[in-house]
Amino acid sequence: MMIKYIFYFLAFVSVFSALMVVVSKNPVHCVLYLIMCFFSIAGHYVLLNAQFLAAVHVIVYAGAIMVLFLFVIMLLNLNTQSEPHKSTWLKFAAAITSGLLLVILVGTLKGSETMVMPVGNPNAGLIKNLGNTLFKDFLLPFEVSSILFLVAMVGAVMLGKKEIK
Amino acid sequence: MISFLIYKTILVIVIFAVSLVVAMYSTYGERKIAAFMQDRIGPNRAGPFGILQPLADGVKMFMKEEIIPDVSNKALFILGPCIAMLTACMTGVVIPWGDAITIGGEKYSLQITDINIGVLYMFGVLSIGVYGVMIGGWASNNKFSLLGAIRASSQMISYEVAMGLSIIALVMMTGTISLKEITEQQAGGNWNMWNVVYQPVGFLIFLICAFAETNRTPFDLPECETELVGGYHTEYSSMKLGFYLFAEYINMFISSAVIATLYFGGYNFPFMHDLGLSENLITILGVVALFAKIFFFIFLYMWVRWTVPRFRYDQLMNLGWKILIPLSIGNIMLTGLITLLRQKYHF
Repeated sequence: MMIKYIFYFLAFVSVFSALMVVVSKNPVHCVLYLIMCFFSIAGHYVLLNAQFLAAVHVIVYAGAIMVLFLFVIMLLNLNTQSEPHKSTWLKFAAAITSGLLLVILVGTLKGSETMVMPVGNPNAGLIKNLGNTLFKDFLLPFEVSSILFLVAMVGAVMLGKKEIK
Repeated sequence: MISFLIYKTILVIVIFAVSLVVAMYSTYGERKIAAFMQDRIGPNRAGPFGILQPLADGVKMFMKEEIIPDVSNKALFILGPCIAMLTACMTGVVIPWGDAITIGGEKYSLQITDINIGVLYMFGVLSIGVYGVMIGGWASNNKFSLLGAIRASSQMISYEVAMGLSIIALVMMTGTISLKEITEQQAGGNWNMWNVVYQPVGFLIFLICAFAETNRTPFDLPECETELVGGYHTEYSSMKLGFYLFAEYINMFISSAVIATLYFGGYNFPFMHDLGLSENLITILGVVALFAKIFFFIFLYMWVRWTVPRFRYDQLMNLGWKILIPLSIGNIMLTGLITLLRQKYHF
């Protein structure tokens, strides 16, 4: 019962903050709302008994990536005056494409409420089970994705260097 | 259910109050220690030995005129110190302040919550802590504040990496990330040592990073007076400034508690089960032992502050990225190798 109310609260916060990300005029406010959105999603993870995912979500997304976002936006010092003017046909095209996206989303989700979800292990999100799954069943994809990260890191360092000797 | 809620509420309030009081008296301790190291007397006017000085400081902070810059973003300007204070108090939840106390046949654990991701929770809170400084610095609408905030947050992000890597070695060794279990594994007997004996390099890295995370000298670049006026809190006055300064002392207390828990046995003390004491007495002595360790580390923070001058900013970044991170990765590899050999040859 309690969990139900917590879920509704978190769902409200995440939808509200996600909307505010799009609606806010000030880019710094957008980033802060996005951080709030990430926190509420971390809350959803906790409700799903996936504490590890929640903690990592907060550390990586809310704690590291969004700080870099804030850095860039604070240093750019964006405000309403320096906002580039968008032409009418661009707005028109944006409205049409997002409308199409909405149609597709509604189409795919239609009838999903009658579907029965397969019930998995409710403790799959605990760190012990997650570790076992990652390092036993999905060892190769896990390692490959870590190599992907390494490549991205090396690439970032290369791009960040002033000159290559 | 109700008794559980009451007991947890009391525990939360007690730990919150203790954090605040310890932080309050850390300011007094800092001034006394600074005075001792510089051959002065220090605060001695308010009460005997100046013992009421923190109260006087607090009253002064509350009474000061509060100035909010005209052009700043008011909501965010207030939010900054709130986040700083909130995150400072949040970590205390997962620290095992003591073993269980038995009252009337019921066991009451002295840890607020033993979540199975204790260490990760700690890092999560740590990474939110950056926002207090950043939002405050940006909302001040002052270039010194912004520069200070950027310095603070880049410093905190950089040292968070090394800190996380140094803890990974410890987690590999203990096989758990619950702070309670890590403490219990360090319980005495049979030459079972504290983790610092097995992880000396990891401990040093963690300690250095803890200094950097709490913005203490030699890493207090964010509020470097000679370059940045007051850093991120230049525009703050009254109790909002007080919150920022106070959050630093709470952080110091909490990080000392974390260091004591992770590396120095937490509430364990030598021969705790060999003296024939009753369970409750052991628990109380354990709390005393934990606080003795915490006070030692708070003293260490102050000792270093009044001994070592601050780094230059490039030196700070070099230390973080080029020395501490490779060192902690080496430490992880060494720990892994030794763990593997131990499993193979059973020593």
